Amino acid sequence: MTTVREFGGAEMGLLDVAAIREDFPILSRTVRDGRPLVYLDSGATSQKPRQVLDAEREFYERHNAAVHRGAHQLAEEATDAYEAARETIASFIGADSGEVVFTKNATEAVNLVAYAMSNAATADEPLRRFQVGPGDEIVVTEMEHHANLVPWQQLCQRTGATLRWFSVTDEGRLDLSDLDELVNERTKLVAFAHQSNVLGTVNPVATITARARQVGALVLLDACQSVPHMPVDVAALDVDFLAFSGHKMLGPNGIGVLWGRRELLATMPPFISGGSMIGVVHMTHSTWADPPQRFEAGVPMAPQAVGLAAACDYLSKVGMEQVAAHEHALTEYALEKVGEIEGVRIVGPTEAVDRGGAVSFVVDDIHPHDLGQVLDDKGVEVRVGHHCAWPLHRKLGIVATTRASFYLYNTMEDVDALAEAIRAAQRFFGTRA
Amino acid sequence: MQLDAMYQEIILDHYRNPHHKGLRDPHDAEAHHINPTCGDEVTLRVRLAPESGAELDEKAIVSDVSYEGMGCSISQASTSVLTDLLIGKSVDEGMRTLDAFTEMMQSKGKGEPDEDVLEDAVAFVGVSKYPARIKCALLGWMAWKDAVSQSLDKEGA
Repeated sequence: MTTVREFGGAEMGLLDVAAIREDFPILSRTVRDGRPLVYLDSGATSQKPRQVLDAEREFYERHNAAVHRGAHQLAEEATDAYEAARETIASFIGADSGEVVFTKNATEAVNLVAYAMSNAATADEPLRRFQVGPGDEIVVTEMEHHANLVPWQQLCQRTGATLRWFSVTDEGRLDLSDLDELVNERTKLVAFAHQSNVLGTVNPVATITARARQVGALVLLDACQSVPHMPVDVAALDVDFLAFSGHKMLGPNGIGVLWGRRELLATMPPFISGGSMIGVVHMTHSTWADPPQRFEAGVPMAPQAVGLAAACDYLSKVGMEQVAAHEHALTEYALEKVGEIEGVRIVGPTEAVDRGGAVSFVVDDIHPHDLGQVLDDKGVEVRVGHHCAWPLHRKLGIVATTRASFYLYNTMEDVDALAEAIRAAQRFFGTRA
Repeated sequence: MQLDAMYQEIILDHYRNPHHKGLRDPHDAEAHHINPTCGDEVTLRVRLAPESGAELDEKAIVSDVSYEGMGCSISQASTSVLTDLLIGKSVDEGMRTLDAFTEMMQSKGKGEPDEDVLEDAVAFVGVSKYPARIKCALLGWMAWKDAVSQSLDKEGA
């Protein structure tokens, strides 16, 4: 599926993007008075290939029923499809299917752990590991997406625990100089992003996890920007929890994943309770099903699970190493092409080392909203604002940034279109000749 | 090009050379409004003068509006235009202008704003075609409404 082609004088191992783009109907449409679409907002949500849409449609047309309920043939087929999807998705991240919990999205996956921890706060001995209270500490970082920050703030407010965080350097890396002090015997959990959704920074998981292990703290990794873009193996990462969403990795909306170590999920109390997650129900009390069902109350999103499995199959067929290499080439090219424009400053590492394909920047004297408007007028669709990482922007002393983010269907020409549109905005607002 | 319809020269002029900018005293109330989707913010102060020595009510005159803000050209220009329009008007007239401006911003580009009421602010009709930018245009106006309400409440309390 991969081909090598000549670009800009350098040989890069790029994907056969033309063939890939054929699978994404939306990429051939035009926007704003006939401009070809240049989609550079995959960090917010990815586009979906036909294979994913077909898988979801086929489920509805052939097998639709409520899973884990009823004994009729459709219920059996639906349940089989749902559980087969779980196996595909688990194997995509090197996990056992019993360790994969489906959630509404990654945000819910993080909340699931945070609420399990506050439910444990009033519980007995077996849940001691998850109990948090006054004197305990939760550690996050200043570069977190609100989804991996606010739930921990809330947990601390509910339980009296203390929230602490790693700061971010001017280069957009985590400042680990106080690692041993920040992660200490009082630390119950360390939660951080595998890859920053704003800076593109890939964080040193092994270094942080090693320290967490020394003090017995749990580790939750926000993998929303890594699982879609690079090979991720939970065994190699050696973390305790991993959260990601389906819609950022070619999959449907409405499904996310919490992966958790088997022994942890087995002792964790539920977050949302109701049907399907029970063992036995009496009028006065209930017991819980084993994981993953314990954490999947209500009729689950089987069609979306099937769609997400199709997305994993699609990515596996292309090859995650190849996807990562392709995005690396795009990122290098974008850092060069955007970075060289006068009056533009890249926010985040300017070298494509330990760095993924989210390229944020500011343009002198043009507010990101205004820049985004001109880019949109040229058909270049990017994200503007604080990208749900407000504290990070405050730390960096900026109100907002413009972010281009890449995926396997983007081309070098997309980067050229971005650079040209930035120059057009400078001309439009008269900030550069 | 659609951009020219949105970024009319009046808007860019106000953005580059904002009117009445800077926080001033005395003031009756101050409101700080933030657009949570982008982090843009405005702090806006209002000074009211009671009509002929009476207490502050809807007939009071808006004697000053001052502000500081960070944000895009639309939010900054819209606040600048607001000060031109509302300083010297009564609270009643100001609220009617606000209603007309809000109605225009919700018109999806199809509004036919009354230039007698909205003056320079009619330039923002093009912005109303872009749902993501409507909040930008309304940021300062909502802060003004808030600050005026606070001023009148204070008086009533």
